[in-house]
Amino acid sequence: MASVSNWFSQVSAVTTTAVRTIPQRRGSSLATIAGIAGVVAVFVAVLSIGEGFRKTLRAAGSPDNAMVLRAGSDSEMMSVMLGDSIEIIAQAPGVARGAVETQGPDAPFSSAELFVIVDQPKRTTGGAANVPLRGVSPGAFATRPELKMIAGRKFEFGKSEVIVGEGARKQFSGLELGTTQKWGVNEWTVVGIFSAGGALWESEIWTDARVLQPAFQRGNSFQTVIAKLESPAAFDTFNDALTTDPRLDVQVMRESDYFANQGRTLNGIIRGLGLVISVLMGIGAIFGALNTMYNAVASRTREIATLRALGFGAGAVVVSVLAEAVLLALVGGAIGAVGAWIFFDGFRTSTLNWDSFSQVTFAFDVTAPLMIQGAVLALALGLVGGLLPAIRAARLPVTAALREA
Amino acid sequence: MKYWPILWGNLKRRKARTFFTLLSIVVAFILFAYLAAVKVAFRAGVDVAGADRLFTTQKTAIILPLPKRYQEEIARVPGVAAVTHMSWFGGIYQNPNKGFQGVMQSPVDPEDYLAMYPELLLPAEQKAAWLADREAAIVGRKTADRYGWQVGDRIPVQASIYRKKDGSALWEFNLVGIYDGAEKGTDTTQFLFRYDYFDEARQYGRGIVGWYVVRIDDPSQAAEVGKRIDTLFENSSNETKTVTEKALAQSFADQIGDIGAIITWVLAAVFFTMLLVAGNTMAQSVRERTNELGVLKSLGFPDRGVLGLVLAESCLLAILGGGLGLVLGALATGAGDPTGGFLPIFYFPTNDVILGIVFVLLLGFVAGTLPAVSAMRLKIVDALRRG
Repeated sequence: MASVSNWFSQVSAVTTTAVRTIPQRRGSSLATIAGIAGVVAVFVAVLSIGEGFRKTLRAAGSPDNAMVLRAGSDSEMMSVMLGDSIEIIAQAPGVARGAVETQGPDAPFSSAELFVIVDQPKRTTGGAANVPLRGVSPGAFATRPELKMIAGRKFEFGKSEVIVGEGARKQFSGLELGTTQKWGVNEWTVVGIFSAGGALWESEIWTDARVLQPAFQRGNSFQTVIAKLESPAAFDTFNDALTTDPRLDVQVMRESDYFANQGRTLNGIIRGLGLVISVLMGIGAIFGALNTMYNAVASRTREIATLRALGFGAGAVVVSVLAEAVLLALVGGAIGAVGAWIFFDGFRTSTLNWDSFSQVTFAFDVTAPLMIQGAVLALALGLVGGLLPAIRAARLPVTAALREA
Repeated sequence: MKYWPILWGNLKRRKARTFFTLLSIVVAFILFAYLAAVKVAFRAGVDVAGADRLFTTQKTAIILPLPKRYQEEIARVPGVAAVTHMSWFGGIYQNPNKGFQGVMQSPVDPEDYLAMYPELLLPAEQKAAWLADREAAIVGRKTADRYGWQVGDRIPVQASIYRKKDGSALWEFNLVGIYDGAEKGTDTTQFLFRYDYFDEARQYGRGIVGWYVVRIDDPSQAAEVGKRIDTLFENSSNETKTVTEKALAQSFADQIGDIGAIITWVLAAVFFTMLLVAGNTMAQSVRERTNELGVLKSLGFPDRGVLGLVLAESCLLAILGGGLGLVLGALATGAGDPTGGFLPIFYFPTNDVILGIVFVLLLGFVAGTLPAVSAMRLKIVDALRRG
């Protein structure tokens, strides 16, 4: 017991000396801190892009909403459903019912939708961007209760009017309240602006599907049907009823599963590039840390040898060098993670979601787990960068080291 | 090379430091190669766009189709040399998560299409085979390698938009050719099959195409010819928008927007930070040897000799590390993009290889110059005293 406490007091004595002398090695210590801060900042920032993007898609997918597409279509854009199947789907078992605007007090909460894109200029570049335009049925607002008007009013069914998501209004020009745009053969007036709790819908423009059909030459066809189910558990009943109905040729997905899948191209790009950048930077930072710690050991050669001569153990020396490396790394990691949070969290942008071929607006999301991952990365870099120099320090032959200048 | 032993001895005196500095330079230049390739990938082909090619799309949105009959009308427009068309097929190979991500699949008119894109190199006998078989398809080298396809394979593709007349969504094609790109930046991921077969076999949508590609006689007349085409279809139910291939590629690059720019900037910042750290270490190792340089001078080395020695050392380190990094970077980027096929155009452009070499030399000179100049100006007495 006594030896253990002795060991600890040795460790704390040597470590304290090491840490106190850091200011003497200011230059290289600062370089290490900066290097590791950079790695962590970039790591956290790049991953926060993916995090924010996923969050936007996730917010769109409600687990008690079911999405019906044509069998074999993996996105809304590619699906086609004819008008006569819409009513069969709306009346299927498991669909929640209630009062729906223009449909009466006991209507199914379901919405047949069209999903097209229109060219609108992006504010940052002025270039045309694929802005999603969704035609919905009256049940749409019951299936997405998160949708709230923040300016103006809802469009009137049957009229050539649109409402614009807050994200779309900010990122693209020509979508302010009261403006008029020509898309297809119609002129459309923006009568309202809505928010949707950060969900994907905020990137979209909404209108009446029945008005959109002739304007885009869609006859009586739709692309998807969204239905609010009585409960998430009612999904199987609903799914079985539709997929066994010989009149239909459809597949049913939970809305949450569908949207989780929709970002895979962009997620793949960010994950792939993020990995390469992080690995390369991490390797670079380890070399930086190694150099700093070898320097630290070299400049403390005499001191370490003196300690060893006085009877301090090799273990204490190893721990002290490692502790110094870890301390520098954690300081760097904290600076990097907090810096990423200050500069990137909430940064709003829009990009092309290749899976829906349309623009998605979202905010970078520097989450606490991401910052912790960054700190863990810093810790790992510090340990790896400190280990070899620590072993070198412990192995210094005492007599030779004492003689060294 | 009589100073070689001194150079070598200096590099060897702190082996660990030399080694780690060298490796961090290697890593920095691998990163540089990725930076260049990512920049190209996010520019989505802007740099290789043909100057004499225009794209005519539906005015409201590129996803809306155009009638096939427009082809003849566009061909008659003064200034137009050739017209061909493409359509978005959007099929799935194998399964949705693996299949055809980033692969453009399009039904085309083989002759017209190959004439429009001379940068697609297809052997003559493979072209003949394509023309002879209605169910034949060709594919770019990159996609063929990705799925391990060979000429003679039958490729099943699950359609997500167009069904066949019998209601089946499974289209099968005979792979008769694999094309290569004439340039590094040529997209060799496309999967191309015959429009005549496709149009006849599909359940609906007959007689429509996705967009037109137009070759013009004189690239300087692009705006005028484009305007003439669009005027032709004004006030019809399918108005058109004609832009140059470059403008179209640029608009896609713009659509990707900040994300591409941010990732490129981050990579650039990282690269320069790494150079700064490596350069600082190199300079520091010279500063530590100030008194040795004093000794050299007192032995009669001229100022310039000392300058040269110090510069040679830093350049040697930069060239070794940077050269190795650029070679490894070229190999790594050449092996494919790190996202598993999401970025169809991903390569290390020759211009950037040259820029990389310039950075290597700059690193060597800048990291060496400051300590070298102070070494040159050093007074022997001061240097020796600093021991």
